[in-house]
Amino acid sequence: MAKYLLLKHYRGAPAPVNDVCMDQWTPEEISAHMQYMHDFAARLEKTGEFVDGQALAPEGTWVRYDGEGRPPVTDGPFAETKDLIAGWMVIDVDSHERAVELAGELSAAPGAGGKPIHEWLELRPFLAAPPTITE
Amino acid sequence: MDEALLRSLIPGVLAVLVRRGADFAAAEDAVQDALVEAVRGWPADRPRDAKGWLVTVAWRKFLDARRADSARRRREDLVDQEPAPGPAPAADDTLQLYFLCAHPALTPSSAVALTLRAVGGLTTRQIAQAYLVPEATMAQRISRAKRTLADKGISPARAKPEARGSFDRPGDVATVLRVLYLVFNEGYSGDIDLAAEAIRLTRQLATVIDHPEVAGLLALMLLHHARRAARTAPDGALVPLADQDRTQWDTGAIAEGVEILQAALARDRLGEFQAQAAIAALHADAPRAEETDWVQIVEWYDELAGLTDSPVVRLNRAVAVGEADGPRAGLAALAELDAGLPRHAAVAAYLHERDGDLTTAARLYAEAAHKAPNLAERDYLTRQAARLNTGR
Repeated sequence: MAKYLLLKHYRGAPAPVNDVCMDQWTPEEISAHMQYMHDFAARLEKTGEFVDGQALAPEGTWVRYDGEGRPPVTDGPFAETKDLIAGWMVIDVDSHERAVELAGELSAAPGAGGKPIHEWLELRPFLAAPPTITE
Repeated sequence: MDEALLRSLIPGVLAVLVRRGADFAAAEDAVQDALVEAVRGWPADRPRDAKGWLVTVAWRKFLDARRADSARRRREDLVDQEPAPGPAPAADDTLQLYFLCAHPALTPSSAVALTLRAVGGLTTRQIAQAYLVPEATMAQRISRAKRTLADKGISPARAKPEARGSFDRPGDVATVLRVLYLVFNEGYSGDIDLAAEAIRLTRQLATVIDHPEVAGLLALMLLHHARRAARTAPDGALVPLADQDRTQWDTGAIAEGVEILQAALARDRLGEFQAQAAIAALHADAPRAEETDWVQIVEWYDELAGLTDSPVVRLNRAVAVGEADGPRAGLAALAELDAGLPRHAAVAAYLHERDGDLTTAARLYAEAAHKAPNLAERDYLTRQAARLNTGR
């Protein structure tokens, strides 16, 4: 019973095996990809392991506090930002091995030519609740 | 309405339905429906025979669902007259439910969810909230668990104890104890008090099976639950055992835990939960941290290491050796263990600080914080590193 975040990157991850930009795929290949992601989430709901899944717009705004009584400063987006998150899925699984297995399946989503993308996904454990019994 | 009383009736009600021939999954759903009706209707009009009322309503729900089901399937060959309840004793039925819900065919998370719902009577929504997952996910986890049992032909009658004393066979009490231990030890602190629920379920189990390890686990839970108020500071920060305000410990729970443990130990069938409880009892016996009997605690860790190969036990033993024989001895014990073990750096940091090597300790505390598996520990370890780094 541990939660993991599967992070999908627009930018910042190592190059996938099937490295073709999405705008170079056929419309059918894009549909097949979307269907795979949808089916994957639906399957995790059925196994009782799905917690959340969201996609993010590629462009956002940087915001920071600018002192008492002043509106926040906004800036960006910065083209040089190395890491760009495309979306995530949160799973609740029995073991780290299971989390790796599921990330592997998600990474097999089809891309150009209907072949798996072999995309690198980042797997990050949640910091859990502390156990009661420690000694 | 006393919810705890209501929920204590559930295993018995469920057992009656199963005995009358309902399959476990359908019976469990029917009992949940009856509970919803009880929670809604009882405050205004409470029945005198609560269990009888629940059985009647649950059975009606079961028949309604079966009729709807058979109508859907256009099957009309189901007989739905009410059979007479059989003579099986209630205690045995309750025990079978525990075995069923902890069946080794289930994954730990499924066994936990099914136990909380079918034996504990929590709703799917409450269990989902307790484990911070969507209700739909928890509902699927529970129905999948029930399907797993049904597909393998596992019913309460077949989950009977058959191999007490060996591990991970159907009907082994050790599988039930592991599930209850998980409920107690690994939950978030939301609206549902999982620790209290685990104690209630373990207490109920102890009334239907006479086993020293069941008593040992109950004692262990009570002794740790007794420290609950002292375990966190008002700001939510973790307070380690040595720094806890012991006047906040629940002396009633400690007394009960110690009594249960002593009766279990007297039977001379030691197991890992009794040994863990014995360690907790020795901590509870010390009015101040400095008065802790570490020599005896080391002896119990040696017993425990003989019963389980858990790395947590070996790490904790090193801490205890450090207290009993000095930090150098603790570091020597630690040196025999794999440095990749979880919390190894945290233990090493503590022992180095006690040994006076503050630079190494600060570095190891920071390293331990980086590897901490939860927020409370990470914050605690970060503060330890900061305290040493700033000389305070």
